[in-house]
Amino acid sequence: MGNFLQYALTGLSAGSLYALVALGLVLIHRSARVLNFAHADVATLGTFAAFAVVSRGQSLWVALPLALATGATVATLFYFGAVVPAVRKGANPLGLVILTIGLALIIQGFTVWGWGAEPDRFPFPLSDSKVWQVGPVFVSELAVGTFVAAGVAGLLLYLLTQRTRLGLAMRATSENLPAAQTLGIPTRAVLAFSWGTAAALAVVAGVFLAPALLLDPFFMLDPMFKGLAAAVLGGLNSLPGAVLGSLVLGVAESLFGGYVALEFKSSLAFVLIVAVLLVRPEGLLGKEFQERV
Amino acid sequence: MSEAETPVLLQVASIETLYHDRIYALSGVSLEVREREIFAVLGPNGAGKTTLLKSIAGLLKDQPKKGTIALGGKRLERRRPEEVARAGVVFVPEDRGLFRELTVAENLELGLWGRRDRESREDVERVLAMFPVLKERLEQQAEKLSGGQQQMLAIGRALLRRPRLLMLDEPSLGLTPELAKLVFGALEEICRAGTTILLVEQNARLALKVARRAAILETGRIVLQGTPQELAENEDVRDVYLGVGSGDASTVKEWRLYRKRRRW
Repeated sequence: MGNFLQYALTGLSAGSLYALVALGLVLIHRSARVLNFAHADVATLGTFAAFAVVSRGQSLWVALPLALATGATVATLFYFGAVVPAVRKGANPLGLVILTIGLALIIQGFTVWGWGAEPDRFPFPLSDSKVWQVGPVFVSELAVGTFVAAGVAGLLLYLLTQRTRLGLAMRATSENLPAAQTLGIPTRAVLAFSWGTAAALAVVAGVFLAPALLLDPFFMLDPMFKGLAAAVLGGLNSLPGAVLGSLVLGVAESLFGGYVALEFKSSLAFVLIVAVLLVRPEGLLGKEFQERV
Repeated sequence: MSEAETPVLLQVASIETLYHDRIYALSGVSLEVREREIFAVLGPNGAGKTTLLKSIAGLLKDQPKKGTIALGGKRLERRRPEEVARAGVVFVPEDRGLFRELTVAENLELGLWGRRDRESREDVERVLAMFPVLKERLEQQAEKLSGGQQQMLAIGRALLRRPRLLMLDEPSLGLTPELAKLVFGALEEICRAGTTILLVEQNARLALKVARRAAILETGRIVLQGTPQELAENEDVRDVYLGVGSGDASTVKEWRLYRKRRRW
């Protein structure tokens, strides 16, 4: 029982990181119909920005906003500089996906050039080894911090989309772009804001994951694919679905790794996707797929 | 003419819109919509009616190649739809253009985008008074509304922008005759309150009843323009659009014959 709770708890902590990634992927997919393959790399860049600040002796409270701003700025520039012109020229979704892959490679090159490919330790105020015992389970300071950060970020996103006029415009723009345009909503600014928000969420994930691993230019790739899997699991167009899919995936992975085989822990994500999509092609909380003609 | 002519609000001059750079959808369409009138554009399927409205709204990927569009003297051709909207044009498309997953209240809220004045709440009340069924369904998702209610929501939301020009694509489409009458009654009321309306309609009878002036668009050209009385005097209009003339244009064969012998 103690083991079970421990695995579940570890899974929830990992799942909350996946959720941060998945939320951003869903946010962008909903609004731009694009799977953003540069998501991980934007997050990595933001995390390296935080790393640069922290390793100069500044506190995390200085580094984190800077990291978020870096990620959001890069994503927004990419939207205005590449996505908008491509859409204006009539690019199809696949072309846009290729564009995001291009951005991913550019950022990878830039991070390798700037910081090298050698893994670094990310100095972080919350420790991975400082552990509390709560009943039968152990939780580390870092795991609690991760969980809280993900919760706060998720809550802020919820408040933004559900309680503000800007959030309403985001939902409207992603559902019916021409209708939003004919109401005079500045759709480009709204979409750019969605890209920026998505990137900021992923940077939060990066900053809280880096101290648990070592920081290298490719450390976000695994959570990126897990986040993508979780997003598909939850239904690619549903924000609550992304959270649910992520937590399910995180816990399932952790339990599988603990009880069955650690080697196949990561493969489980994709077995799970296949299983769910066979039963519910639209994902756990997704709407049935509809293409407007 | 008994009514005094109001100034021109929308001036469309020799608009040419091509799809894929070679297929003419509109070949030199000109029309003038005067302030505080209802102007109806009639015509068969594929004549370019929707293309005309979308050209004005700036919604086409292939923007007009030639010609000018001006609203109260301000040039609008080849502008982005947001700019056209901000100039005071609102477009209600054939599919109503609602945010189907959002509630009625949220749809109306989005109609108020950019407005910070105190009267905006009063305007919402006015719209709900005009369409009381919306008031009972404020928290319902727009996709759960019936066709008529959706059309009312689309028109109500458009009014919240206080448009100078309200453009509607086939407002009667998919509505029962009673509902269509109700919607057109609302349009007359809106026009009397000072909003200019440009509408595209297949139901010529209904449209000519409310319009002050109308034009007939066929294969991308305006072939006839005038008051409803003037149009009704034309034999072909009576045959084909109103179905009250000597001939019977209700069959495909007759329609083909009409296309052969038409004088324009």
